[in-house]
Amino acid sequence: MSGPSDFQPSNPALKWIERRLPIFGLVHSSFVAYPTPRNLNYWWTFGAILSMMLALQILTGVILAMHYTPHADLAFKSVELIVRDVNYGWLLRNMHACGASMFFFAVYIHMFRGLYYGSYKEPREVLWILGVIIYLLMMATGFMGYVLPWGQMSFWGATVITNLFSAVPYFGESIVTLLWGGYSVGNPTLNRFFSLHYLLPFVIAGVVVLHIWALHVAGQNNPAGVEAKTEKDTVPFTPYATIKDAFGVSCFLIFFAWFIFYMPNYLGDADNYIPANPGVTPAHIVPEWYYLPFYAILRSIPNKLAGVACMFGAIIVLAFLPWLDNARTRSSKYRPLAKQFFWIFVVVCILLGYLGSQPPEGIYVIAGRILTVCYFAYFLIVLPLLARIETPRPVPNSIADDVLAKSKGRAATAASVMFALAVAGGLFAGSTQNAKAEEGGDAPPAQSWSFSGPFGKYDRGSLQRGLKVYKEVCSACHGLNYIAFRNLADAGGPGYSEAQAAALAAEYKIKDGPNDQGEMFERPGRPADYFPAPFPNEQAARVANGGAAPPDLSLITKARSYKRGFPQFVFDFFTQYQEQGPDYVDAVLQGFEDKAPAGVTIPEGSYYNKYFPGHAIKMPKPLSDGQVTFDDGSPATVKQYAHDVTTFLMWAAEPRMEERKRIGMQVFFFLVIFAILMYFTKRKVWANAH
Amino acid sequence: MTTASSADHPTRRDFLFVATGAAAVVGAAATVWPLVAQMNPDAATIAAGAPIQVDLTPIAEGQDIKVFWRGKPIYISHRTKKQIQEAQSVPLSSLPDPQPDSARVKAGHDQWLVVIGICTHLGCIPIAHEGNYDGFFCPCHGSQYDSSGRIRQGPAPANLPVPPYAFLSDTKIQIG
Ligand code: FES
Repeated sequence: MSGPSDFQPSNPALKWIERRLPIFGLVHSSFVAYPTPRNLNYWWTFGAILSMMLALQILTGVILAMHYTPHADLAFKSVELIVRDVNYGWLLRNMHACGASMFFFAVYIHMFRGLYYGSYKEPREVLWILGVIIYLLMMATGFMGYVLPWGQMSFWGATVITNLFSAVPYFGESIVTLLWGGYSVGNPTLNRFFSLHYLLPFVIAGVVVLHIWALHVAGQNNPAGVEAKTEKDTVPFTPYATIKDAFGVSCFLIFFAWFIFYMPNYLGDADNYIPANPGVTPAHIVPEWYYLPFYAILRSIPNKLAGVACMFGAIIVLAFLPWLDNARTRSSKYRPLAKQFFWIFVVVCILLGYLGSQPPEGIYVIAGRILTVCYFAYFLIVLPLLARIETPRPVPNSIADDVLAKSKGRAATAASVMFALAVAGGLFAGSTQNAKAEEGGDAPPAQSWSFSGPFGKYDRGSLQRGLKVYKEVCSACHGLNYIAFRNLADAGGPGYSEAQAAALAAEYKIKDGPNDQGEMFERPGRPADYFPAPFPNEQAARVANGGAAPPDLSLITKARSYKRGFPQFVFDFFTQYQEQGPDYVDAVLQGFEDKAPAGVTIPEGSYYNKYFPGHAIKMPKPLSDGQVTFDDGSPATVKQYAHDVTTFLMWAAEPRMEERKRIGMQVFFFLVIFAILMYFTKRKVWANAH
Repeated sequence: MTTASSADHPTRRDFLFVATGAAAVVGAAATVWPLVAQMNPDAATIAAGAPIQVDLTPIAEGQDIKVFWRGKPIYISHRTKKQIQEAQSVPLSSLPDPQPDSARVKAGHDQWLVVIGICTHLGCIPIAHEGNYDGFFCPCHGSQYDSSGRIRQGPAPANLPVPPYAFLSDTKIQIG
């Protein structure tokens, strides 16, 4: 379609280069003069969105790698320090982590679009297969990236996924050892995952170039599914497609910004805020939402090898799609039966995703099996059969005819599809949380926090009182290892002056050394020091606490979560509800009861707590009325203590929250205005096309 | 994108295109800012650059120690009478970077020389008590500093810098 370029630069310098390396002509013929079908709808802008997301992931990834340490002992802390100390580190990390989710969200829409409009059909088979390869590479990259923060989910996700290869007959165990570089997932594994996570995106970029090349040879498919024939069927890529894509991208950025600034942890798993611990497995190991359907397929097969084979098969089958469906009509728009089955297939995928997030028991297993059969039946039975029996409706003669025949019902369909997608997205997203806290324990009541919502700010008084409670009560057992004394004087914190922070630091004894005599010594704390843990190491902490090590509290409000349930999590997306952790911590602090209720027995050495999963908690009731006196006249009650210390711990978990929300508001405001401007510009440009 | 209107008749369309373009430029610039700002030292690094205190009692006359502040080596020399004498008697006109010794030490603490031990040529670390001037010698390209840390010979253009410091007592200084 884009034959030899007739592009002739007028500038002599450009001419000189063009004769020797015709790169301007290539760019011109590919991205300026390139004829685009004029009837493309907005599902087609996801190609541009994906290009942008790939570039953004590489850019933010390269930057994060400048601050990240790929070592089993340091990785978790380095990620925390990126978020706390690096200039805009929180922003870059959120962009990269949420960006991965957005990337998959966009690629799924891109793939479903291809499926619906038959974009895999002759002559675009190679284009499609390259796409499947990109998708596989994305899955590998996303998985390895998830491992890098070295949290509990990272570690155990890595263990579980690498163990998939142990299903291979004869060589399985050797392959797994080879992947690990050790006897178990450990430092060598982390190192190689980091190396590959850095490498693969460039491989993806390479295959994307091939993908676009193949696209430009075959020409773009379009909603009518008929090839462009005359000039009237197409418009030049620039400005028409460029501006339309730019508008699509700016709308997508609004959606993206919602996550970056207001819901950064919505799509992640709370367990990944707990440092990796090879000795304890999380109750449920759940992959990121974008792998859930395949995870569900894996689990529904009661045989290890067959399960793994089916899971990979579910992706590989996509590559054979051009031959499985050899119907002559391309677009499902004109295939009444294929259209219905397509939507059934979409629902099957979403339900599989939901099941992947549920514990593998009872009805979920049965449903998983049925849906797995449906998934494969769509490709192996329905599509080949439809090609034979279906009578498609007549397709328009040309793209130009299709444009003229545009019905008025279009907007309504688009709206309903958008709605369906939003609900499906919410279902997917929330289902990750659904798998949590199934172990029992009442759902903690939602509290009102000053830091909730887009305008949320920490209540300074509460932070100062909370610090006092922490110092006088919690610090006897728990450390605060990611908070430095200097942080107390940071903007958005408890509002102390630097001198006050230094004075508080000086109250602590910090281990230092060795000195010139080669000895360790103690000195008064300095602002740069971190709140010390009360025990020299984890073993000592265990001994002093009846076998259970009190966790560090720096991240506790992010590392705890509980089930919100359907449909609550769908609303949570819109209300930006992010307070599971604080609600939970507050509830546990208040949930102690002197005696277990009748009929409930709890193990020796533990205490009854209404909100703790399983109700038996090793920690004795830490707070009682009148224990701490406040200077500002706040009531000396457990309720008040719990509220204040939870606020303080929330700040300890995310000291940059105020900055995040403030910048988020500015970005949001800008993006909305920009998208509106883009929309009108796009309309003006396209006015020339008709 | 091209507009059909002529320059002396700006239309609403021109305004729209210019506004959109301007917004895109503003957005791009605002996006680049954090991507560049992240390269600056992070908060932990800045906090680690806080002033340090050094006890001078263990340093005997004619000896010197090296301490680190903000990742840079700082030489603290306990100068001998002879060294002080030499440093004070050099005619300023013979120095490439003229500075009297009194400007390089604290008044009343003549015996203590505190300098950043980084050669002003290309950043190597000079060796103390070497060279022709009873001071420092940088082996990299042959710069020689005297007992006041002033450049006397070689390619370095300037004297060894004196870091900000103050005497907390006769035997204790704070650097930074
Ligand atoms: S760096 Fe010292 S002489 Fe060149």
